[in-house]
Amino acid sequence: MSEASAHAAQHAAPTGFIRKYVFSLDHKIIGLQYYGLALVAVVIGMVLSWLMRIHLIAPNWPIPGLQFLSKVGAPGGVMTPEYYLSLMTMHGTLMVFFVLTNAPFAAFGNYFLPIQIGAEDMAFPRFNMMSFWTTFVAFCILISAFFVGDGPPLSGWTAYAPLSAVGADSGPGQGLGQTLWGLSIFVFCIASLLGSLNFIATTLDLRTKGMTLARMPICTWAWFITACISLLAFAVLLPACLLLVLDRVGGTSFFIPSGLNISDHLQPHQGGSPLLWQHLFWFFGHPEVYIAILPAIGIVSHILINSMRKPMLSQKVIIYCMMSIGFLSYMVWGHHMFLSGMNPFSALVFSFPTLMITIPATIMTLIWLGSLYGSNLRINTASLFCLGFISMFVSGGVSGFFLAQPSIDIYLHATYFVVGHFHMVMGVAAIFAVFAGTYFWFPKMTGRMMNETLGRLHFWLTFIGTYCIFMPFHYLGLAGNVRRYSAFTDDFLVPLLPVHKFITYSALFTGAVQLIFLFNLIYSRFKGTPATANPWEATSLEWSTPSSPPPFDNFGGVHPVVYHDPYQYGVKSSTADYLMQTSPERAGETP
Amino acid sequence: MGGKIFAVLVIVIAIASAVPIITHTFLGASVTPPQDISTHGAEIDKQLDETMIEAGLSFLAAQLLLGVFVWQFGGRKAGPLKNFPGGSKYLVLAALLLVGAEAIALGAMGTKAWAKVYFQPASADALPIQAQAGQFAFYFRYAGPDGKFGAIHPEKIDEGNSNFFGLDPENDIPARDDITSGELVIPVNKEIHLMMHAKDVGHSFYVRELRIQQDFVPGLDLSLHFTATKVGRYEIVCTQLCGLGHYNMKAYLNVMSQDDFDKWLKAQSS
Amino acid sequence: MRASCHCIAALAAVLCPALMFAGTISGKVTYTGTPVKQKPIDMSKEPSCAQQHPTPITTETIVTGANNTLGNVVVYISAGADDANAPSQTVTFTQKGCQYIPHVIALHTGQELQVSNADQTSHNIHPLAKVNREWNKSQPPGSPAIQEKFDQPEFISVKCNIHPWMHGWFAVLKTNHYSITGDSGGFSLPNLPPGKYTVTAWHEDYGTQTQDVTITGNETKSIDFSFKAKAY
Repeated sequence: MSEASAHAAQHAAPTGFIRKYVFSLDHKIIGLQYYGLALVAVVIGMVLSWLMRIHLIAPNWPIPGLQFLSKVGAPGGVMTPEYYLSLMTMHGTLMVFFVLTNAPFAAFGNYFLPIQIGAEDMAFPRFNMMSFWTTFVAFCILISAFFVGDGPPLSGWTAYAPLSAVGADSGPGQGLGQTLWGLSIFVFCIASLLGSLNFIATTLDLRTKGMTLARMPICTWAWFITACISLLAFAVLLPACLLLVLDRVGGTSFFIPSGLNISDHLQPHQGGSPLLWQHLFWFFGHPEVYIAILPAIGIVSHILINSMRKPMLSQKVIIYCMMSIGFLSYMVWGHHMFLSGMNPFSALVFSFPTLMITIPATIMTLIWLGSLYGSNLRINTASLFCLGFISMFVSGGVSGFFLAQPSIDIYLHATYFVVGHFHMVMGVAAIFAVFAGTYFWFPKMTGRMMNETLGRLHFWLTFIGTYCIFMPFHYLGLAGNVRRYSAFTDDFLVPLLPVHKFITYSALFTGAVQLIFLFNLIYSRFKGTPATANPWEATSLEWSTPSSPPPFDNFGGVHPVVYHDPYQYGVKSSTADYLMQTSPERAGETP
Repeated sequence: MGGKIFAVLVIVIAIASAVPIITHTFLGASVTPPQDISTHGAEIDKQLDETMIEAGLSFLAAQLLLGVFVWQFGGRKAGPLKNFPGGSKYLVLAALLLVGAEAIALGAMGTKAWAKVYFQPASADALPIQAQAGQFAFYFRYAGPDGKFGAIHPEKIDEGNSNFFGLDPENDIPARDDITSGELVIPVNKEIHLMMHAKDVGHSFYVRELRIQQDFVPGLDLSLHFTATKVGRYEIVCTQLCGLGHYNMKAYLNVMSQDDFDKWLKAQSS
Repeated sequence: MRASCHCIAALAAVLCPALMFAGTISGKVTYTGTPVKQKPIDMSKEPSCAQQHPTPITTETIVTGANNTLGNVVVYISAGADDANAPSQTVTFTQKGCQYIPHVIALHTGQELQVSNADQTSHNIHPLAKVNREWNKSQPPGSPAIQEKFDQPEFISVKCNIHPWMHGWFAVLKTNHYSITGDSGGFSLPNLPPGKYTVTAWHEDYGTQTQDVTITGNETKSIDFSFKAKAY
């Protein structure tokens, strides 16, 4: 990389409130903005899930106040079947796009990737600012669906055609609400593509002196690999959403065949294929779940190394595993379509790489576990969430082994088994990584520590709570409990209601527990114990900035020089058992 | 202290999670696949059991290791560091070999079960029944004495008049004796060739006891074939999100003796 | 004085003929030929409703009585009467046993319609209006009655999106002079001031017929309608 390019990309110190905190070019502010947006989205998404869970155990019970959110969707407070599906669609869309893609990747990545490679900012700060505000616009478009005509769309975050493509005929919420959904995701894709370009260019071009690719921290690698996957994945979803919107308002028939009679309305379309939507969507959708989890893997590995005071048995292997997962992720999309009517031979073709992805995931898990052996593992809230991540990742991962096999998928497809699988392995695991990152990096971002007692309480209750919510989903799936039902009225579902009640109470309890985190976050921001410069005794560059939070150009006008990889733990040094990357000291004998 | 609590907790959670799998019940509800009444289901059930054992053991082993290592090394007074014997090399090898072998074995086993459902066409003497999925009910059609199905005219669908398939008996002679039913009535031990037609949006056909599931895709002529081995009444439910009534979209599969079925079919014709 | 009394009387006679002269048009609706047999409705997918009909109900497209009489025919004044205002009473439409009760209702444009759900299952009422605004609303058990109005005259087919066999009709008219035949086929349109009227009889399957009738005073004019049954 060249010094010239490093300088050319940077900008002057911001002045004025708007430039400093609103339309900021500073990657750190932008990272916090993404984090804040993800926080708003996760709160909304979680409230939606409470409403869903309450409805499932008492479908005809009026939920007080719900009629003020939607008079049509909840007359007298009683949620209609379509409103349940609308809330479900918004829950999934908010969580997958605005929480799981934003928080571990855009939020923490934006904040820490430039610092961890020793750069002053991202390669394209203006693009970066545009990425966030475009994401914000996408969020506003999505939320507006709550307040239009028939309400939000009800076709799920997967928006299968023709249900999503034909328009208002296919049901309430399938009018303007679905079109807004398509537009929102279209805009979100643009923002993601800009963000990914920035991450890649920054990583390749702006590393400081001595920061070879091999010396980048594992989470930087994870963000970089994620950005590469993201580029191809969102590039496919973008036109897919455009085609969907065109089918809805432009009279095209990309996804709609002829001869459809929907609610006594003959559809004028012809020539389209519903399977085409599924291919386009899942070609994006499967890499998307790895876009959600790879940054989490990077963050957890990074924090664990620090907590263990010892490098992983092999960082390189973990990085290669992340790369191979990224590569394989493009070959498996058809495992969402085993029963879709595709040529059944294709199921076997897709099943093979799906089973193979287990290998790098298992390697990483064994490396984490093996690295714990013989370590000096420090227990604090951040490391506890990392350990919780490993447990969740294992639990959620093994259920994937069932679903990867087409013959078993015949029975388990579209049951709660699938819902349990992805909530655990992607939802909860990634959120645990976000929690770990928050507790770990809070001192660097704010100069204060989060309260450790509250943090531990948050962890214990959340760890138990999320297992209580999502483990029973697998049992329901084995019983054949179908998903996306707004009520359980079928003969075979009624006996399963006690399980659903248990889940709902666990969900409400675990949701309430998150208030502890929210309180801790806000309280500590203003009243938390002031933090030292490197409270975790960590090695990577973010801990060598002159202040917490770092100055606008991260290193106070100095370009750091890097002498080591970030894994110099458990080494004899003049200070303690670690060596920072910027320390020119060489490691002594391992104590 | 926190390390020891975590260690105990994770092991307790792992064992507690395994109990309902072994006992097949949770909070009084039966949480296991129901009886298998199909001719192909035994292989699927065997596949499921094998996978459960392997996945279950891996799950328990991983959570146990996590617990043990955190107990031993979590929050301890800083001591000399050790490396797992062999470092990463043997772990990588173990993962490659064990998981690889597991994946290939299960994959190969599963191919047989999958092939039985999907790779063979329906036999020539299977009973053809057409299934139509539309928001929010299933309807089934039998060809009637002439053995021919009348054509479907989507513009003629008139559900209030029980013309669910859009038949035109006035102009289309084969349609005149077609029998439409809201229940899928079939004879036991007879192969059924179910021809699947989607009226409006995507739906899916799922009968747990038959170990069968298949999407209805608008615009595609898909079919299933299966044989039921036990008389009884079972539920067919829709498993592809199709709109507001998705939760309520079901029909009964009524498996009868051949005699009872013949009587039923005759009664429908009159 | 006497002149003003006469004036008042004459004024009253001119302005309020209904007080003095009000005729009735009544009659019977019958059919010729053989109607299609009504099919039994399979409600097995909704056990809570199926239980309410130990003998399955049939479709209600053709409702007949003894002597070839035809029910569910909406007979109304389509021309010659004042476009009266919508009455203030509500017209009710009930969902019970997964059936619309009654099968056909008539109401004035702008008159309030109230739909209620007496079943344990959700219904989704969907009037397939082509002239009026098309809407559909779900009604879970325990939710309040749905209140709606229609602005334009139209015969609207009504379906339930959740239970496909449910079928009914809203006859939205711009007159209050209407009568729906029962299965004995009889209808009666009273309170008609003298004038020339066009009477329309509408049946959901057999179509529409009209007849012109003149009322001169207090008489009852009898007219009949006869529809030809369709083979299919």
